[in-house]
Formats: sequence, structure tokens, C-alpha cells
Amino acid sequence: MDALKAKFETQFVKATTFLGQNQVEVKKALITEIMEFLRDDDGCKFNYLVDETAVHWPKNEEFELVYILYSIDKGHTLRVKTRIKEWETIESVASVWTTADWLEREVYDMFGVRYANHPNLKRILMPEDWVGFPLRKDYNLRLQDVEWVRKHLGIDSGQKYYVGEARHEMPDYITPQD
Amino acid sequence: MSKTETLFDASELTVSMGPQHPSTHGVLQVKLKLDGERVLDLECVIGFLHRGVEKLGEVQTWGQFVPTLDRMDYIAAVSNCLGYCETVEKMLGVTAPPRAQYIRVLMTELNRITSHLLWLGTHAIDLGAITTFLYCFREREEILKIFENYCGARLTTHMFRIGGTQYELYEGFHDQVRKFIADFPKKVDEYETLLTENRIWLDRTKNVGVISAKDAIDLGLTGPALRGSGVNFDLRKAKPYCVYNELDFDVPVGEVGDTYDRYLVRMEEMRQSARIVTQALDRIPDGPIMAKVSKIIKPPVGDIYHSIESPKGELGYYLVSDGATCAYRARVRPPSFVNLQSLRKMCIGHMVADVVAVIGTLDIVLGEIDR
Repeated sequence: MDALKAKFETQFVKATTFLGQNQVEVKKALITEIMEFLRDDDGCKFNYLVDETAVHWPKNEEFELVYILYSIDKGHTLRVKTRIKEWETIESVASVWTTADWLEREVYDMFGVRYANHPNLKRILMPEDWVGFPLRKDYNLRLQDVEWVRKHLGIDSGQKYYVGEARHEMPDYITPQD
Repeated sequence: MSKTETLFDASELTVSMGPQHPSTHGVLQVKLKLDGERVLDLECVIGFLHRGVEKLGEVQTWGQFVPTLDRMDYIAAVSNCLGYCETVEKMLGVTAPPRAQYIRVLMTELNRITSHLLWLGTHAIDLGAITTFLYCFREREEILKIFENYCGARLTTHMFRIGGTQYELYEGFHDQVRKFIADFPKKVDEYETLLTENRIWLDRTKNVGVISAKDAIDLGLTGPALRGSGVNFDLRKAKPYCVYNELDFDVPVGEVGDTYDRYLVRMEEMRQSARIVTQALDRIPDGPIMAKVSKIIKPPVGDIYHSIESPKGELGYYLVSDGATCAYRARVRPPSFVNLQSLRKMCIGHMVADVVAVIGTLDIVLGEIDR
């Protein structure tokens, strides 16, 4: 951790511990270099990328990208976080760990995070022609459903929906029977 | 099928395998690029079973989300449940009582045996050994009966709750499990007589889908697939959860990293699971089975990652709480999804028939890949 701070002082935002788990937040610009350092440095040796995912924070129009690293040799773990704006791109880490290939495709599929220099950035779980990114907080689930039924079945589904529906602004859950 | 001309005037064939192909163990489509019968390249098409589990986690309360998770890896539902309950408990600062922890270990290990039995049966049937399948399902049925007696369900069990377990062990549980476990190692030997030295089995599995330890780690392989390559990494030992640090068991590892090694690793794992079950049965203490957890669960603001060793590999949960009754973000790190990524590396240069062997050896469950 100190080595990382010394090497990338300008990129370092903060280091915290929550419930006994260490995390560092870094800036997004040199993410590949930081990850390469974490993989190769003798004190770190994080040779295994456990998971890469994102969290959407619509209030700040931000994505928080989370990289969970583990070192099989040393048995320690670290969570690296970085924040990007919704419209920004970030460098892919697929060149550092091959695992990141599919994990980043999933993040792209679910959140619409665009990775630069990714070998094959396309949807992975959703169909190619899917509209929107389902795990974003502003993704309108019910509007999507109503539109799908209208387009493919030619009828009104009768589902209630709100324009601009998001979980934290949503009034009480309304079922179609109401 | 479509034929395309290549640069060197050789004909390259594109074949689509799946999604309704019996040996892809679910709805997996593999697009193969072939030169004769040799695989030049392949691409996996997944997502046919996508149900939006992670999105559901954001609208269901912490407790309601548990049964949904059982539907991910439906042949190892107990592991899914255990991983999630432990993660939320860690967040709340609650520890399940010792008795509950032992029940959890017991059930998870029995579930590991069922999962490996199903893998062995289907893997063998893919490679032409039908008898093994029937034998495996005979033993699997016994464990499913135990599950049914315990919680009423056989597959999607929803056994544990946040803070402990819901049900006390039923009368006759000890006898039933002991009877099964006493016989079980002999049954594993029986499967081995059918396969381990079988000429056809050796031809179909030796040196098929070889992956080196370095590549395996780089690709994020976990579970028996990683240990087959000789990496001794088992979360039950590396980051002990539940009461695994009190129990004595070995972690089998392979040498070459081919399909045969992974087969041997899983066979040994079944024996080790039986060992764990015996020890847990002997040591199970008396006491409560549920810790004090409030009816409405509201974890503190923050995030946590916790992972367990599911039969397929590292099953992790990354949960973000904003202090509400539902998770703000519920991320599942699915072992099958990450493991499937190495299919391409393992298959290139092999025959089409070997693709079936490698899909089998990765032990994937599409419910978990697509979530």
C-alpha cells in the first residue's frame, strides 16, 4: 500500500478499511499502469483478479469501478476503486489479467461503461439489439416492459410505469392490480 | 452451417453448437470455427437464461433475496445461500451460533457431493459411459432425500437464514447421514473402477484441455479446475469461513492440468467432503441455531466482499449498502462465468468431440453464468 502511494502519488486518492477489508481509491488516468504495478511488485503480487464490477451513483453522474484483487502466493486481498463520469471512457485492464475480458464486457453490458483498448467490447448477457443498460439506477424497467409488449405483441400490457423512475425516487411499489 | 473461403484456399467451416445441445449442460451456444474436425477458434454465446438476479437484489429486501440466489447455481443451492448469508452477517456484525455453523458445513458438504455426482454422471455420459450416470444418481437421490426431510425441498432448498438456520435437525438425521457416509467412500471406489483405468476414458481425457497453472490463474479459474493444474488454492483453507478451520481435510491437487487430472481432483474431493461430514456430525454442539437479528435488516452504509468455495469455484458476493432495507448493489462473482472464459484457450487445436469433454470438465451451470 505504501509502495503504491509512493510510486503513484499523484494518482492516489485515499486508502480506507471497512469491516477489516482494505481498499484504495485511485484516479482513473493511469489505471493500467497501477494494475501492472500491483500484479508485478514483489510486495503485492496480486496475480489473480477476482472480480471487476461497477456501482452507479446517479446523483454525481458517476460510476464507481471496483477491482477485487487477490494474491494466491501471499494470500492477501485488496479492493481498488476508481470513479469515472458517466460519459467518460476508461482504459481496459484485459491486458493485465485475461479474466478482465469477460468481466469488462459484463460491466459494459449492464452499465454502459466504455473501455478503451478492450479486445472485444460487445454485449455478453443481453441480446445485441437491447436498448439501455439494465443495472443503471435510471434504467426504467417497467417502461421497457411496456414498450416491448407494445412492439412485439401489439397490445397494452396495463403495467403502471413512471417516466424517470429510479429506485430512490420511487414512491411505494405499485402493482398492476392497484 | 456456412462455408467460407480462407486466404490459403482451405475451407473453413463455421458450426454452431447449441443452445439446444445435450452436452452443453444447459443453454450454451458455442460457435466453432473448424478446419476439418480441428477447432481453429470458438466463441461462447451466453445469456439465454439471464433473469436479472443482480437487479432483483436491488428491489428485494436483504432477506427476500436469499431464495432468488438458490436459482443461480441450482445444483449447489446450499452454497449460494451460505455465501450470501455469511456476507450479510459480516456486514451486520453478527455471527451465527456454533450449532448453526456446523449444520451449515454439514449441508454444504453434502451439497458438494451432490454437485460433483451430477458432474460426474453427465461428464461420463458425454464421453460415452452411461453406467456411471445411473450409479451417481442412485447416491445423489439419498442426499436429496436428506435435504427433503430437513427442509422440504430437494433442489432450491433455501436452508439458511441471515443469522443462522431456520430449522433444527430432524429426528433420525444423524442415523440417516451416518448410514450414507459410511457407504459412500466405497461407492466412489466403485465409480473409479468404471473409469479411472478405463482405456476409452483415458484416451478421451488425458492431455485434453491442458491448461498451465500460470494461464489458469491469469484466466481467473477457481475450484477443482484450478487445482487440477496444480495450484493449491481452496478458500476453505486460504480464507477459512464457517468452522472449516476446526475440521481436518486435505485439498487434492493435480499435476498436468488436463481433463483427467480435474476428474481425479473432483473424485478425491468427494471423499474429503465425506470426511468433513463425519467430523461435523461428531462435533456438532448443542445450543441455539439462530443469532439475534432484527426483523428488519438494515446493514451499515458501506461495501463488503466475501467469498466461499462453492463446488464450482470461488463464489463471491460484493454487496453495497446505503443503509436501506434493500441492497444498493448486489454483485455476484459467479465461478462458472469466469471459468467458462477459459474454454477457448483449452479447446483450440483439439477435435470437436473434445470440446464436449472440456465443457464437461469445467463443470458449468448456465443458471449461474447467466444469472
